[in-house]
Amino acid sequence: MTIDESTGRTSGPVLSVDGLTVALPLSGDRAEAVTDVTFQISAGDILCLVGESGSGKTVVGQAILGMLPRKLPVTSGLIQFQGVDLPPQRDSAYRKIRSAEIATIFQDATASLDPVQRIGTQLGEILEVHGVPRAERSERILDALSAVALEYPERVSRAYPHQLSGGQAQRAVIAAALLLSPKILIADEPTTALDVTTQADILAVILRLKAERGLAVLFITHDFGVVEEIADRVAVMTEGRIVEQGAAAQVLERPQDAYTRKLIAASHPGSRQTVPKDAKPILEADNVSLNYHVGGIFNRRKIAAVRGVSLNVASGRTVAIVGESGSGKSSLARCLLRLEEFDGGSIRFMGEDVSGLERTALRSFRKSVQVVLQDPYSALDPRQTVRSAIAEGPVIHGMPRAEANRKAEALLDLTGLSPQAADRYPREFSGGQLQRICIARALALEPKLLIADEPVSALDVSIQAQILELFAEMQRTLGFAMLFITHDLRVAQTISDDVLVMKQGAVVERGPTAQVLHFPSHPYTQELVASAPGGASLAPVSAI
Amino acid sequence: MTGYILSRVARAALTLLITVSLVFLFIRFSGDPAAALVPPDAPEEVIEQYRKAMGLDQPLWKQYTGYIGGLLRGDFGYSVHTGRPVEDLFLERLPYTLRLGLTALGISLIFGISLGVTAAIRRGTLVDRIVMGISVFAFAMPNFLFGLVLILTGALVFKVFLGGADGWVLMPALTLGLAAMGSFARFARSSLLETINAPYMRAAEARGVPFARRILRHAAPNAAIPLVTLIGLSLGALIAGSVVTEQVFAWPGVGQLLVRSVATRDIAVVQFLVLVVAATMILANLIVDLLYLVIDPRIRAR
Repeated sequence: MTIDESTGRTSGPVLSVDGLTVALPLSGDRAEAVTDVTFQISAGDILCLVGESGSGKTVVGQAILGMLPRKLPVTSGLIQFQGVDLPPQRDSAYRKIRSAEIATIFQDATASLDPVQRIGTQLGEILEVHGVPRAERSERILDALSAVALEYPERVSRAYPHQLSGGQAQRAVIAAALLLSPKILIADEPTTALDVTTQADILAVILRLKAERGLAVLFITHDFGVVEEIADRVAVMTEGRIVEQGAAAQVLERPQDAYTRKLIAASHPGSRQTVPKDAKPILEADNVSLNYHVGGIFNRRKIAAVRGVSLNVASGRTVAIVGESGSGKSSLARCLLRLEEFDGGSIRFMGEDVSGLERTALRSFRKSVQVVLQDPYSALDPRQTVRSAIAEGPVIHGMPRAEANRKAEALLDLTGLSPQAADRYPREFSGGQLQRICIARALALEPKLLIADEPVSALDVSIQAQILELFAEMQRTLGFAMLFITHDLRVAQTISDDVLVMKQGAVVERGPTAQVLHFPSHPYTQELVASAPGGASLAPVSAI
Repeated sequence: MTGYILSRVARAALTLLITVSLVFLFIRFSGDPAAALVPPDAPEEVIEQYRKAMGLDQPLWKQYTGYIGGLLRGDFGYSVHTGRPVEDLFLERLPYTLRLGLTALGISLIFGISLGVTAAIRRGTLVDRIVMGISVFAFAMPNFLFGLVLILTGALVFKVFLGGADGWVLMPALTLGLAAMGSFARFARSSLLETINAPYMRAAEARGVPFARRILRHAAPNAAIPLVTLIGLSLGALIAGSVVTEQVFAWPGVGQLLVRSVATRDIAVVQFLVLVVAATMILANLIVDLLYLVIDPRIRAR
């Protein structure tokens, strides 16, 4: 290790991980969580550690921070920081290193802040426990908050976490991580929970900090779109091993490993085959508006969640509704499902006015319109077997139990799960498998319209591609109309025939998917397309 | 925030009015109080006299407005048996009940929360299992049985009577607080476990915050939020909750007064006591609602 006179920084890697192997408990699905992982990160370098959930990428991050749980012991390997061995896992000596030398940010920024303490207090605590004198603290907090491009640092400092947006919270967390000017930042999926425009902002902040401060970054992600934006170097992990490692351009353009190629392909899903237009729409929404009333008796306010939205969906076709969080997509879906009494406009399903439906007519409407939700973990009753979850709907609508059970098994088979899955409980499945179960459950009632609300946003990219393919295949087989709500333009591109772009409750642009995404006319759509990770791949025709 | 406070206060006032009205109706419809006061063989004229004296011959709405008006003026009526104002009877017993109830609450809070916290920090170990065993036992033990066991042990082994007005408050308080201790322990444990595993705890660890400080500054305040509800309910039950224990230990508190007045159909006293019990419950809930404002900024924002 030598010291560079001009920068005062040590040259050579800031962090080197050499042959790291971490054992899994005996009950694990493989012997080791991480096997023989080796990489280095130098100052001013971003290494993206890419892999699906369960690949061991997060374990690597935890090991560097000395935060591995007891049941995951390091069996061999060496982690060195600036040429010196780091203390053993969970050693108290780590306390001085964490945040001061090696800082970290997590996926869900809001959740990684204490909900009952002000941001400033929480940042102050970091300074306090690392021995920074009280007099210097508030100035350093405001400096750090300004450094991550937060507009009103004083106000953010006084705010509680719930008062910040997802993007602001992630900035505040980055500010917290950078307070003590650490040499390396471990970012574990920091943008996964954010919408595309916010994600682009956060990536820009990280890139700037890297350039200005020579920060080394270990960026853990499953998303090759993000990798394209920020990586200097890439390491691809699966099943606990690094299968490919190299400069970003090299790995992205000439991937050597089959798994890398598969992951990259999954992040650029191709466009779908267009289904012929049906003459008669099955769902017609005309000028639908919905207002929410918030506040108590004394300070009621009206918030327009949906403003005059019209749309048609025909059998066998898919309409995607695209927008950021808070744009009114889900509120619209709730109106269409008649879960929400909308304030204006009309919704007609198979020619009948939905708001007038009662009793039997409403029941048959409920049967014909099914929904698949974002989080498959909470969408299934943990105490109900998969068979009973899928068969429940048909039984309620009058199918004999035995027949419904047979149907449930057939649907499991159809959605790519083994019929043995029927007797198991939701906790035994992965996210992707659970979403298959939710789809099977929705299809058990043979719906004419399927509303899917962000059904793949909680899933890894390669799983996303599989689930999107499943939706498309089911639609080809069963011919239902589909309304697909997503914030992810790549998903919309893969699955939909037509797209509606929503902003602040109103539709700002609509049209055939290829046209809207490749030649966006509204400035907001242009911004969305431009800020989508790997935005270039959305450019004209490339994918079609 | 003002809206939140006003709506909570308005809700509390409304609940109180409904309770008052229901108590008024139930007592009138559960049999003729005048008939119950006189001996079974009393002639009809005597019963009629009593009825007149108690105002029971008036139409119902008149009785009701008179009753509500009395409450507002602070006139709560007189005990038929002693002829004294009911609030006097109540006030002379209140100190006993408060001494008993607050000691019990103190015991259950101190022991319950420390047991729960110990169990949560040592989750999955033998300590955890023992502590949880104790708390289930405490919770499941009927307090009249536990009280009797204490009295018997005192009398047979130590030759002292543990009950009565001059008795030691600790024994009835232990009996009364036992069940609450069990539920505090279990609640504190589950609530703390939830917060110990929250992402912000892991984040604090990654920021170099030491263990003790993480528990005290981050886990405890967050875990306290659901606990406050439970403490509020116990506070509300302070006056009514001790009926059985007071009977067992011959403790001259409000609970004992309530049991006697019900048995003798002393309706003004019963009415007043039910009212006081309801009022403490409502007040405790109001305090909890307002306390949330202090401890949870997410509610303050509304």
